[in-house]
Amino acid sequence: MNKIIEKEYFSEAVVRLVVEAPHIARRRKAGHFVIVKTGEKGERIPLTIVAADMEKGTITLIIQRVGVTSAKICELEVGDVITDVVGPLGKPTHIEKVGTVLTSGGGVGVAPLLPIVEAFKQAGNRVITVLAARKKELIILEEQMREHSDEVIIMTDDGSYGKQGLVTNGMEEVIQREQVDLAVTVGPAVMMKFATMLTGKYNIPTVASLNTLMVDGTGMCGACRVSVGGKTKFVCVDGPEFNAHEVDFDEMLLRLDSYKTSEAEAYENYLSNHPKSK
Amino acid sequence: MDEVSEYLKNEREQEWRVTLRGNMKNKERIQIERVSMTEQDPEKRNKDFTEVNCGLSEEEARREAQRCLDCVNPTCITGCPVGINIPKFIKRIEAGEFLESARVLKETNTLPAVCGRVCPQEVQCEQACFYTLKLNKSPVAIGHLERYIADYEQNSGKMSVPDILEKNGVKVACIGSGPAGLAFAGDMAKKGYDVTVFEALHEIGGVLKYGIPEFRLPNRVVDMEIDVLKKMGVKFVKNFIVGATASIEDLKKEGFKAFMVGSGAGLPNFMHIPGENYIGIYSSNEYLTRVNLMNAADPEYDTPVISGKKVAVIGGGNTAMDAVRTSKRLGAERSIIIYRRSIEEMPARNEEIEHAQEEGVEFMNLHNPLEYYADENGRVCKMKVQKMKLGEPDASGRRRPLPIEGSEFTMEIDTVVVSVGVSPNPLIPQSMKELDVSKWGTIIVNSDTMHSSVEGVYAGGDIVRGGATVILAMGDGRKAAESMDQYLKTREF
Ligand SMILES: Cc1cc2nc3c(=O)[nH]c(=O)nc-3n(C[C@H](O)[C@H](O)[C@H](O)COP(=O)(O)OP(=O)(O)OC[C@H]3O[C@@H](n4cnc5c(N)ncnc54)[C@H](O)[C@@H]3O)c2cc1C
Ligand SMILES: Cc1cc2nc3c(=O)[nH]c(=O)nc-3n(C[C@H](O)[C@H](O)[C@H](O)COP(=O)(O)OP(=O)(O)OC[C@H]3O[C@@H](n4cnc5c(N)ncnc54)[C@H](O)[C@@H]3O)c2cc1C
Ligand code: SF4
Ligand code: SF4
Ligand code: FES
Repeated sequence: MNKIIEKEYFSEAVVRLVVEAPHIARRRKAGHFVIVKTGEKGERIPLTIVAADMEKGTITLIIQRVGVTSAKICELEVGDVITDVVGPLGKPTHIEKVGTVLTSGGGVGVAPLLPIVEAFKQAGNRVITVLAARKKELIILEEQMREHSDEVIIMTDDGSYGKQGLVTNGMEEVIQREQVDLAVTVGPAVMMKFATMLTGKYNIPTVASLNTLMVDGTGMCGACRVSVGGKTKFVCVDGPEFNAHEVDFDEMLLRLDSYKTSEAEAYENYLSNHPKSK
Repeated sequence: MDEVSEYLKNEREQEWRVTLRGNMKNKERIQIERVSMTEQDPEKRNKDFTEVNCGLSEEEARREAQRCLDCVNPTCITGCPVGINIPKFIKRIEAGEFLESARVLKETNTLPAVCGRVCPQEVQCEQACFYTLKLNKSPVAIGHLERYIADYEQNSGKMSVPDILEKNGVKVACIGSGPAGLAFAGDMAKKGYDVTVFEALHEIGGVLKYGIPEFRLPNRVVDMEIDVLKKMGVKFVKNFIVGATASIEDLKKEGFKAFMVGSGAGLPNFMHIPGENYIGIYSSNEYLTRVNLMNAADPEYDTPVISGKKVAVIGGGNTAMDAVRTSKRLGAERSIIIYRRSIEEMPARNEEIEHAQEEGVEFMNLHNPLEYYADENGRVCKMKVQKMKLGEPDASGRRRPLPIEGSEFTMEIDTVVVSVGVSPNPLIPQSMKELDVSKWGTIIVNSDTMHSSVEGVYAGGDIVRGGATVILAMGDGRKAAESMDQYLKTREF
C-alpha cells in the first residue's frame, strides 16, 4: 500500500504522482521502473521512476492515460493508496560522458526519457532533446526537459506548436548541423524504429528504452520478450535499454498489439461506466 | 536417527494404538479395497475451475484408515520428505479423532492441505508403504487421508496453531514465499524466532498461487494454511524483491541475523525456434500466471489472456498438463499436448495425464515443433511439427527422441503454450556476487545443512534443485531451519 502525497495534471491525459515508497526511493537509479497494480482486480503495469527523494522516501511517476489501468491510476487522488508498487526494476541507464547526446521522446516515452536526460546532463554531456506529438496539447514535460537540456526542439504533426514534422525531421536537423556521439530514443515502437533507422544511416550509436507489455517484471513470465541481435531478451531484466540497432522493432510492434481488441473494448466499457473520466 | 525410532516406538506403544490394532485382524485389514476418490464429471469440470477431486467422505476415510497396519517398521515415513508420523495420523482417523489427527500432521508439515492434494504420493510415501513393498497391493491412500484431515480441520473453524517456544527476539529473513520459504518460516516461528518473509509478487505462496491451477489447488486452501503461519507470528512483506528493493546487506543493517533463500525457479525456457515470439505464444509461466494469479479468465479482472480455440501445449510435465487443462477450461475446442517422447516417458503425474485425457485433451506424443507461422496481424496460426522415434537411452535412462527425416507437416493452431522447463531465478545470485552457483544457476549448498557459501545464508527448494516438488522444497526449508537454529544458538547477539 503506497500513499499518494502529491498530484499534478500536466494535461488532461497526463498526471504526475508523488508516491510514498521509501525502500524504492533509496535504491533507485535513472532508468529503473516499478510495477504498479491498483485494486484487487487490477492489472500489473510498468511505469518509469521519473525522480526519487531519498529523504522524504518518495518516488515520482508520470502516467499517460491510454487504457483502463493507466486511467484508474490517473484518477487516484492525494491521500489514496496504490495497492501494489514493486521495484526498482530493470537495469539502470548506462550513463557516461560521451560528448553530445541527442535524445528523442514521444507519446508514453516522454516520461521515461526525463530521468535519462537529467542523468546525461549531470554527467557533463551536451544534451539536445527532440519532443514530438500529434498536436500542441499533447506535448508534455517541456519545461522539465528544458531545465536539463541544452536545447529542446518541439515537433508536431500538424504544426500547431514548434516545428511541423516528425521526430525524425527534428533529429536529422541536429545530426546535419553538429557531431552527435550518442542517440537515445524512447517512445512508441514505430517512432523508435524510424529514429533508429535514421541514426543508423549516420552510424550513430543508439539506445532505445523499450516499453513492451509486462506481467511480473521480474523475469518470470517472458511476456516482455523481444529479439535483440537475433537473441530473445527479457526487457524487464535484461533492459529496458538496448542497442537500438539490434532491436527487432517490427516484432515488438506486433507484440504490443497482442490484446488490442480486448483492451480497447475494456476501455470503452470502462469509460461508459465512469462518465467523469471522459 | 535413533531418537526418531525411539519416538516412533513409544508412540506406537501408546494404549490407544495398541487397542486399535487389536480391534481388527491384519488379515481383515488387507482385504479392504483401496478407496477411490470421487471426481467431478469430466464433461462438466472441463468448463469451469472447480476442484476436480472431491475429497473423501468420513466413512471412506475411516475405512481407508483401517487398511493401515500400523507397522512396527513404518517404511512409509522414509518416503515422506518431511517425515510425517504417518501411522499415528492415520490411526487417529480410524479412532475418529480428526482434530487430533490434524495436530499430528502439523508436527512436521506446515501445509498438509496442499501436500494432500499435490504431492506425487505414488513415488513418495505410498511407494514406500508396506502394501506396495511387500504385499504387492495398492498402498494405503496416505495422500487422500492427509487431505481429508487437513480439509476437516479447515472446515471445522478450529484450526490449531502449533505450540511456539518462548520468543527469543532474534530476527531471521526468508526470501520467497513458496513452499520452501513457508516450511522454513513455520519451523523457525515454532522455535521462537522473529521471522519475516519477503515476497516479490503481490500474493503469498509462490507456485502454489501463480502456477498450480484452482482446479487442483484452490487458493482458498493455500490462504488458510498461510493464516496459521500469521497466527504463529510470521510476518509477510509483499512487493519486496530482495536484491532490488533492498540488498541482503541492507537487511543485515535492519537487524536480520540469518537468511533463507527460497526464491524458486523463475526464468521460463524457450526452444528458440523460428516464430516463437509471435502473438499467442506464451510461456507456461505467463499463461498460468495470467489465469491463476491475475484471474484473467474472469471479466471482472483487468488482465487479459487469449483464449484460443486450437491450443498446442509443448511439453510433458505437470506444468504442461496444468496449462493444457486450463486451456480447455478457457473454451478451447482442441487442446493438444505435443511432446517429443512417448506417453510412458512423460514426467507428469499419471493422475494428471489421466485427468487430462478424460477431459478431452489430445496427446500428440513423439512430435516436436520446428517452426511457427503467423497471420497478417502477427498472430500465430500454424505450426510445423516433426515426428520422432525413440533411440538408445540417454544419461537420464530415458530413451532419446530422434527426429524422423521427411516426416514434417503443418497443423493449424491459434495459441501455443511453451512448457519446456524453467531455469533458477537469477535475482539473488546476481545481487550477491560472492554466492557460489552451479553452471545451471542453482545455488550450491551443503546438502546436510542447506548452508550456502556465504555465512548465515541458507537456501532450498527449486533455487537449489533446479525444479522439484512442493514437498521436497518443504523438506529443504525444514532442514535449513534446523541448521540455522543450531548456527544461531552458538552465537551471541
Ligand atoms: C519499462 C517501461 C516503462 C514505462 N514507463 C511509463 C511511464 O513512465 N509513463 C507512462 O505513462 N507509461 C509508461 N510505460 C507504458 C505503460 O506501462 C503502458 O502505457 C500501460 O501498461 C498501459 O496500460 P493500460 O491498461 O492503461 O492500457 P492498455 O489497455 O493496456 O493499452 C491501451 C493502448 O496502449 C497501447 N499500449 C499498451 N501498453 C503499451 C506500452 N507498454 N507502450 C506503448 N503502448 C502501449 C496498447 O497497444 C493499446 O493500444 C512504460 C512501459 C514500460 C515497459
Ligand atoms: C504449474 C506447476 C505445477 C506444479 N505441480 C506440482 C505438483 O503437482 N506437485 C508438486 O509436488 N510440485 C509441483 N510443481 C513444482 C513445485 O511447485 C515447485 O517445486 C515448488 O513450488 C518449489 O518451491 P520453492 O519454494 O522452491 O519456490 P516457488 O514456489 O517458486 O516460490 C518462490 C517464490 O520466491 C519469490 N521470489 C523470487 N525471488 C525473490 C526475491 N529476490 N525476493 C523476494 N521474493 C522472491 C517468487 O516470486 C516466488 O513467489 C509444479 C510447478 C509448476 C510451475
Ligand atoms: S507430505 Fe506428501 S510425501 Fe509426506 S505423507 Fe503427505 S503426501 Fe506423503
Ligand atoms: S507402511 Fe503403509 S501400512 Fe505400514 S504404517 Fe505405513 S501406511 Fe500403514
Ligand atoms: S515481465 Fe515477465 S518476464 Fe519480463
